[in-house]
Amino acid sequence: MREYFANVKQSFKLKHYVNYIIVLLPLILFTILHYAGALNRSTPTLLVQIGYSMILAVSLNLVVGFLGELSLGHAGFMCVGAYLGSLVCNGLVDKLPLMIVLVIGMIVGGIAAAVFGFIVGLPALRLRGDYLAIVTLAFGEIIRNICKNLEFLGGAKGLETKWYSAFLAARNTAMPLFIPTFLVGLLMLALIQNLIRSKHGRAITAIRDNEIAAKAMGINVTYYKLFVFVISAFFAGMAGVIYAGTASPIQYSFFSYNYSIEILVMVVLGGMGSIRGSILSAALITYINFVLKSNLSGDMAAVKTLVYALILILMVIYKNAPALKPVRERFNLKLLGVAIREKLFKISHDAATVTDDAGEWDEIPTKIITDEVLSTDLALSNYNPDKPDTNNK
Amino acid sequence: MSTLIDGLSLGAIYALIALGYTMVYGIAKMLNFAHGDVIMVGAYTVFTTLMMGNGIWAKILAVVVTVVVCTVLGVCVEKCAYRPLRGASPLAVLITAIGVSYLLQGVAQISFGAKSHPVDFTIKGSVGGINYHTIVTLIVATVIMVSLTLFVNFTRTGRAMVAVSEDRAAAQLMGVNVNRIIMLTFAIGSALAACASLFYLMQIPSVSPTLGSMPGIKAFTAAVIGGIGSIPGAMIGGVVLGVIEKLALSIPVIAPYTTAIEFSFLIIVLLVKPTGLLGKKRREKV
Repeated sequence: MREYFANVKQSFKLKHYVNYIIVLLPLILFTILHYAGALNRSTPTLLVQIGYSMILAVSLNLVVGFLGELSLGHAGFMCVGAYLGSLVCNGLVDKLPLMIVLVIGMIVGGIAAAVFGFIVGLPALRLRGDYLAIVTLAFGEIIRNICKNLEFLGGAKGLETKWYSAFLAARNTAMPLFIPTFLVGLLMLALIQNLIRSKHGRAITAIRDNEIAAKAMGINVTYYKLFVFVISAFFAGMAGVIYAGTASPIQYSFFSYNYSIEILVMVVLGGMGSIRGSILSAALITYINFVLKSNLSGDMAAVKTLVYALILILMVIYKNAPALKPVRERFNLKLLGVAIREKLFKISHDAATVTDDAGEWDEIPTKIITDEVLSTDLALSNYNPDKPDTNNK
Repeated sequence: MSTLIDGLSLGAIYALIALGYTMVYGIAKMLNFAHGDVIMVGAYTVFTTLMMGNGIWAKILAVVVTVVVCTVLGVCVEKCAYRPLRGASPLAVLITAIGVSYLLQGVAQISFGAKSHPVDFTIKGSVGGINYHTIVTLIVATVIMVSLTLFVNFTRTGRAMVAVSEDRAAAQLMGVNVNRIIMLTFAIGSALAACASLFYLMQIPSVSPTLGSMPGIKAFTAAVIGGIGSIPGAMIGGVVLGVIEKLALSIPVIAPYTTAIEFSFLIIVLLVKPTGLLGKKRREKV
């Protein structure tokens, strides 16, 4: 027993828990501030928005960054969760305490979205790349179109969420919505992070890197693709329920493919396959949006779109343009950090001390271009590795 | 019958836009999400030109100006936003295209406001229950599509385009200027989008900053139905989608679900034929 704990203590490294700390610290800080009464009126709203965008971005990253399939229908899953979760919550809100209603709503919304994730995952087995992307986009639009026309979902007016007003009334006395939001975020983080590090996660990234090779290694591609779609949709559905707690009525127009794309932007800017990146960029983009929206009103609202677009284009070009590679290498923050540390502490970096293979838990290198490596023709007729070249003598 | 003709003419508009998507995809291997907003810019160009006058000459001038503006815009966007990313991951280019789309919408919103404005660009009158503008759309779109097919199949530049889409490296080795071909593709695609915006304005006479997004996404669907990268595929996909939309709209019970029906059709087609109707199946190497 003692040995076990000694082992645990030895293998404990703070950097493996950075993601949890990133979420937990603001949660604790703002909870204290909230109960001290130091938060202004708009901050809890902003926090909830950051919370659910974070959940959306990380769950989409599971599909885009780890499974390697482009999905443009994440808002559709969110829509399913928001509508069905709110239906349940509306029915229960007078009978049960608010937090229990919220938990039940989130579970129902999550499961409903997961069912849809399964349905969308089915064509994913036959389609690849851009074709799958357009199918997920189509699913999102179909769901939206149906929500718009069904009477019991409120039709074109949108669905009233009774529990929204319950939340508003309880804002200053009971628990504000951002606390359960961040708790769900932590739960999801624990689940997805451990999933990625497990055997199953390795299988998922193997499918991303080369599907045929993964199949040849005995990985059940069908199972894992459906699995990832279901998990990702489940959390999107939960995020949808949280969103429904901040708006009344919930509008079908909110869940358009533009919103799916906004989530995708968070994932890509944060770095595909990096959970920490998704969390941070979701928070950053939501914050930028919030600030621009609350400061620019009327006709100036268009400036928001403009600024946002420019940031997006310049950032992507800076991060990806082949011509700017020397510049990027020169201003690389990570290398800079290492250099400063070397100067300050006079650490010499031996290969042995730096190499920590299992340590990089959430930064799995992005897709290797296996096609290029593997399709190189060796031209067997004149290449014979076993015999030395006899013509040269 | 008139529903069918309406559907065909709407389908022709979708086909023109889908051609832009499919050519850019085939040659530059990217999804140009900003393509729908080129239509929007075209519509606003017509709107501005017609503010100066409203005679028949103003309308003809509007046609010319719109095609020129859209072509220049397409080339500029390619040069400023997509060319620096040549060789980067496709997803990075996709995000940039989304950024360009937001940018164009933002500029339109700042210059003209978020409200929609009416535009009088239709050709009034009808013969036998079929509007004149429907007939004009059908005829002109057919002429454009036929000449595009001839251009791609029978001119040197057209063959070079096909070569680049088949194998970019090999085409470069054979002396094709790939950058020029890609620029030309964007120019042609945007010019087609300009024509589409003219026909679109004949059917729906108002402009707004988000005008391009729905026809854009439907045309993209059409391109995928036909098999993205294939020029005849985009034409067939567009026409089929247009006819389905008008037929669904003409039946009152299912009219509200038109969008859902169109996208379901896409999913069904892709489930039966995963690369679209005329798409080529690429053999995968390990």
